[in-house]
Amino acid sequence: MLTITDLFKRYPTGQRALNGVSLTVDLPQVVAIIGPSGAGKSTLIRCVNRLVEPTSGSVVLDGTDITKLSRRELRRARRRMGMIFQEYNLVERLTVMENLLSGRLGYVGFWRTYRRRYPPEDIRMAYGLLDRVGLTGYENTRADALSGGERQRVGIARALMQQPELLLVDEPTASLDPKTSRQIMRIIVGLAQERGTPALLNIHDVVLAQSFADRVIGLRAGKVVFDGAPNGLDEKVLTEIYGEEDWSTTVARGEDEDEGRKPPRRRGDMESEAAVG
Amino acid sequence: MTVEEHARRHPEVWCRFSPRQTLVRYAWYVGIVFVALWSVRQLEIPWLYFLDAHVQAGDLLVRMFPPDWAFIEEVLDPLIETIHIATLGTAFTFIIAFPIAFLSARNTTYNDLTWLIGRFILVTSRSVNTVVWGLVFVAIFGPGPVAGIWAITARSIGFLGKLIAEAIEEVDVGTVEAIEATGASRLQVLWIGVLPQVLPIIWGTVIYRWDINIRESTVLGFVGAGGIGIILYSSINLFAWREVGIILISIFVVVVFSEFVSAAVRQRIT
Amino acid sequence: MSSPAVYPTAWKPPGLIGNPAARRGLVALVVLYLLWSFGTIEVDWPRVGRGFPRAADLFSRMFPPDFSRWELLLKGVGESVQMALVASFFGMALAVPVGLCAARNLAPRPVYLLARGIIVITRTLHEVIVAIIFVKVFGFGPLAGVLTLFVASLSFIAKMLAEDIENMPPGSLEAIRATGASFPKLLVYAITPQILPRYLGVSIYRLDANIRHSTVVGIVGAGGIGQVLQASFNRYDYDFSLAILISIVALVFIGEFFSAWIRGRLR
Repeated sequence: MLTITDLFKRYPTGQRALNGVSLTVDLPQVVAIIGPSGAGKSTLIRCVNRLVEPTSGSVVLDGTDITKLSRRELRRARRRMGMIFQEYNLVERLTVMENLLSGRLGYVGFWRTYRRRYPPEDIRMAYGLLDRVGLTGYENTRADALSGGERQRVGIARALMQQPELLLVDEPTASLDPKTSRQIMRIIVGLAQERGTPALLNIHDVVLAQSFADRVIGLRAGKVVFDGAPNGLDEKVLTEIYGEEDWSTTVARGEDEDEGRKPPRRRGDMESEAAVG
Repeated sequence: MTVEEHARRHPEVWCRFSPRQTLVRYAWYVGIVFVALWSVRQLEIPWLYFLDAHVQAGDLLVRMFPPDWAFIEEVLDPLIETIHIATLGTAFTFIIAFPIAFLSARNTTYNDLTWLIGRFILVTSRSVNTVVWGLVFVAIFGPGPVAGIWAITARSIGFLGKLIAEAIEEVDVGTVEAIEATGASRLQVLWIGVLPQVLPIIWGTVIYRWDINIRESTVLGFVGAGGIGIILYSSINLFAWREVGIILISIFVVVVFSEFVSAAVRQRIT
Repeated sequence: MSSPAVYPTAWKPPGLIGNPAARRGLVALVVLYLLWSFGTIEVDWPRVGRGFPRAADLFSRMFPPDFSRWELLLKGVGESVQMALVASFFGMALAVPVGLCAARNLAPRPVYLLARGIIVITRTLHEVIVAIIFVKVFGFGPLAGVLTLFVASLSFIAKMLAEDIENMPPGSLEAIRATGASFPKLLVYAITPQILPRYLGVSIYRLDANIRHSTVVGIVGAGGIGQVLQASFNRYDYDFSLAILISIVALVFIGEFFSAWIRGRLR
């Protein structure tokens, strides 16, 4: 059971990402967090395992307050939370199997890591998970040879190798095409249900959230503005979360703003070049 | 549109630079030429020497030929020693530079102090030339290849360390984050998250430096630090130009060969 | 888990070299070579053993660095800088014709081969070797040093220049040629604008490199601060040596800073 109370996060740049978020996840359910870009979705998820240090507030997982742990205790706590990333974040130059086994790093010592000798039960589990996510026979393939969907499958399997009590999922489908997105969502939700693991899932695709989540939390400007069943997402609620728009088709897609756009070359640069030449 | 306006919009002269830019440009030109001339004056170069320079040079070449092929027996051992100095020096460098590189990378260092220490070592190592390091180590260990090996090591630490540290600073942050999120220890994060990403760059840089070191170790003998430089130095001082010719040819062959090997290996691993 | 299949419990990472025999062979070769090189290096162990106390002694005699002969020091540093400046200037100027000749897409075959040959030979021999030959021809002093650095700069800048010209997109060359331009016009309109920034950048970098190298060519008597350093080591004047070393590091630093600043402005 995860309880987040009055969580605040202010970045050194002064940007307020979270403005007092409180929520409880007490059932083995998939909780989708939706909201516009910059609403604090990613920060919220990263505060749970302290990849981002919260400014104030508490995150309690099964009785332990994560925010108060020392580095060492935090590592032990992180073992209990599996995380899945938007950009997969695999170790590109290692094989699929090594990537899966890296999910066990919290449980094995450095020497075993160094020799790549993991316990037999870990390896059996890894083969099982490879089967489950549909990557049978890929164990010796290097991660950089995989497609996006395949990489995300490896990412999911790595997170589940931890046998987590909680899954943190950060925009798992934002870099994938619609069909692969649905496949990936089906795998995540299926695995969470099979294992009774609650999952906290950031997503900006409202339709995907509606069709796969048990519960939806709407975030706007670092605050919870909606918390309820997916069928409670009506025009009024969506307007509250995202702002004014024609929601009649409820096909709303969060827009990825200015990603990968190059700044134009400044004229001053060319002048200084010429001046010296 | 008035006539004046039309004239302003379509001027008959077009210049690429504004007068100010042109002025700045010419100021640079004049400044550079002035500095060069001033330096030439200061150095008090005996220009008369240049009158017969071509004669001298031709004479030298003539005296180098035909190379004294029998001398090759004397050249072979020092030549092999030269390669050994470069290889062993590079090997020691690798062992020492590896941890220093992790200290000198912002994202893997422990704290500001360790970062500063790492950077300081790298900068000191890089600022002193191999031959000067040779002088220092000859003063410590006495003449011989040991001083040469340490001279190579001392100079290469800065080179390797700097390039590896830069590679470490450019690793994909997301991957490191993901490994941290599994509850891995600091050492495990380095080993699984960071190292595989920088390994090809490390090997490439090591091979590249080995190739540079071969070239550097050919002159270490001038300060007594072993290798082919020793006999080259004595042959030159004895004006035994036919021996010098054969030594230069052998150095040329070895350096070109090592460059070739280095390029071939680097192409395969990346 | 849905499928009850029994999964393997062991897995080994595939090696970089698939064939185990080849992998072990390669490792054995490397180890053998290292052993051989260790074995053949002639080491005077007692002398090396005395090295560590000697190092301590050396360092104690180096401290504190002796800057009292700062006039000599300053003269040496000044000479090094002047050598570097003169060599860079002339190297930069003469690298243009050589570089043009060494560009495969511009020069006729024999000219190209000749220019490339000059570049390869001068690049392969270490500066200090070139310096000592010049010392024998022109005698001790900065002239030999200047010539050494000049030759090194010439071949370095020419090589870079030639590679840049070779890597130029052929389209713009063709476009200017298509207007009926002659070779000199081609140079001015098609080649210069494309190459100039890089050429200046490389030249400035070479000035920085020349400053660094000017500190060593003196060790074989070719002038500059290196000559002063060598003399101080020969006289066991270690506190002065340290002062010189510190000055060299400072000089290299300033050179690197200056070069980075200029190159930053060029961009």
